[in-house]
Amino acid sequence: MRAKTVDRIATSVIIGVAVLIMAVLAALLGFLLVRGVRHIDFHFLTSFPQAIKTGGGIGPQLFNSLFLLVLTMIITIPLGLGAGIYMSEYAKQNRLTDFIRLVVEVLSSFPSIVVGLFGLLVIVNTFNLGYSLLSGALALTVFNLPMMVRLTEQSLRAVPREQKEAGLALGMSKWKTITSVMLPVALPSIVTGSILAAGRVFGEAAALLFTAGMSSPRLDFTDWNPLHPTSPLNPLRPAETLAVHIWKINSEGLAPDAPEIAAGASAVLVIMVLLFNLGARWFGRVLYRKLTASK
Amino acid sequence: MNLPATDIRTAPAEKAPKRQRHIAEEFRGKFYVYFCVLLMIVIIFSIVYFIASRGLAPFIANGVSVKEMLFGLKWNPEGDPAAFGALPFLFGSFATSLLAAVIAAPLGFCASVFMTEIMPKFGKTLLQPAIELLAGIPSVVYGFVGLSVIVPFLRDTFPGQGIGILAGALVLSVMILPTITTIATDALRSLPSGLKEGSYALGATRWQTISRIILPTTLPSLLTGVVLGIARAFGEALAVQMVIGNAPHIPHSLFESATTLTSIITLEMGNTTSGSLHNNALWSLALILLLMTFVFVFVVRVLERRVKR
Repeated sequence: MRAKTVDRIATSVIIGVAVLIMAVLAALLGFLLVRGVRHIDFHFLTSFPQAIKTGGGIGPQLFNSLFLLVLTMIITIPLGLGAGIYMSEYAKQNRLTDFIRLVVEVLSSFPSIVVGLFGLLVIVNTFNLGYSLLSGALALTVFNLPMMVRLTEQSLRAVPREQKEAGLALGMSKWKTITSVMLPVALPSIVTGSILAAGRVFGEAAALLFTAGMSSPRLDFTDWNPLHPTSPLNPLRPAETLAVHIWKINSEGLAPDAPEIAAGASAVLVIMVLLFNLGARWFGRVLYRKLTASK
Repeated sequence: MNLPATDIRTAPAEKAPKRQRHIAEEFRGKFYVYFCVLLMIVIIFSIVYFIASRGLAPFIANGVSVKEMLFGLKWNPEGDPAAFGALPFLFGSFATSLLAAVIAAPLGFCASVFMTEIMPKFGKTLLQPAIELLAGIPSVVYGFVGLSVIVPFLRDTFPGQGIGILAGALVLSVMILPTITTIATDALRSLPSGLKEGSYALGATRWQTISRIILPTTLPSLLTGVVLGIARAFGEALAVQMVIGNAPHIPHSLFESATTLTSIITLEMGNTTSGSLHNNALWSLALILLLMTFVFVFVVRVLERRVKR
């Protein structure tokens, strides 16, 4: 009988831990949303932050985060796809491939602050791009690339062998087979994964402190010429993102309502991440149904 | 009737150029993927080269000894004489990340056992998405929650200011929980079912099967998850920096202000001029972080080799 009692105790402990984890998540989300959503309104989302007065918003930061995300994905996706295609289709079983695999692994385990420092040294100073959106996007690319490569490789490997062979048997070149037969099949999982990666980019701050900078110029939202220094679309201006803003007001915020702004901004960030998560799942499913014959 | 010219007549004539087009197409594609891979290799070497070139400068050009950096207790790069003891930061980094792993590992193992052995259906529909969500929450948000919930709670319940190693470790443990759980769950799922069934057939209870068959068999994979979790905790910057207090000394208790490698870099890098000794000393700290990454990757590789065997 003793073994059964131990079994019962152990089972209830394990169930207890599972409940505890759910409770932590619920408390976390509940805390963030309850504390934060109160402060979110149209004014908060669109107005400029205030340095020492109350009533500041997060408009420019929100815009910067989204714009940076788009820039990063524009750079990351083609590079990640290319390297992923190499890993799954062109790489031979040899030392070199093992080495490249190691590179991907090391690159993905670099702390984001180290990537940020590399960005500061090479992109900001040596390439002389300064604290700018473009520097930030390049640093985030370094940080995001290994994920994209792995994702592409896994998705392409999951494509049924027959489809690839059918393409080759029709006399298409290998490259043509990859791009017009295999990629469409792999696309749903690549898209799902990229959206999840985008959520990670959206919340990243440590790699951006020393690349995209900790301040924004006074943006002029009526000027959409990318060449003007105060235009929101100028990729060479410094840009403080939402995540960096949360960090900054928590550590050196002078505005009297800094805790409220931090709460509101955190809630916005978490809601965006939730949207990315749900959106990725939904979009992946829709795309899969569109591109394949399955229901 | 004016029929449009059909393709049949022109097709044979195109045969040779088509072949050439294929070769050109293939060449372009290959060139592109090789370029992408080469770029990745260039990036990693330049990261190591650039950080090492700055990080080694204090040791080579300024005669700071490696021993002082690793075991010195005093950090005062602007002082006279300047002191570069980074032991408090190393201690803080190791203490927070190891403590976080000690908290998160049992929880993660329990969660993965729950998802695979006890209630697979409930686990898959509820617990797994919940854990994936935890992984998606940005680190600054964890820092903010730590600052506004965990720190006040610790301040009220324990002596001290609330900030310190324990606050940092608690925040980190939630952050690394998904890493540990996901890897453990994958390992448990890929276990051959014959092992489990054999154990049940011998009359073992579920807990006996879990503790004597499942966990020992998957131990290397479980440890891989823990090491990856520690690696993530070690490199995490802002969440820890927000709750640890940032006092550059070795604390006497878990509730006393301390600091880590990442937080000192975050705080001081912006305030020093590039090329100064103080600045280069911070790059040395970054170099230590970089080397630790290699150590973690190496340990993971060793563990993975044991899994394959």
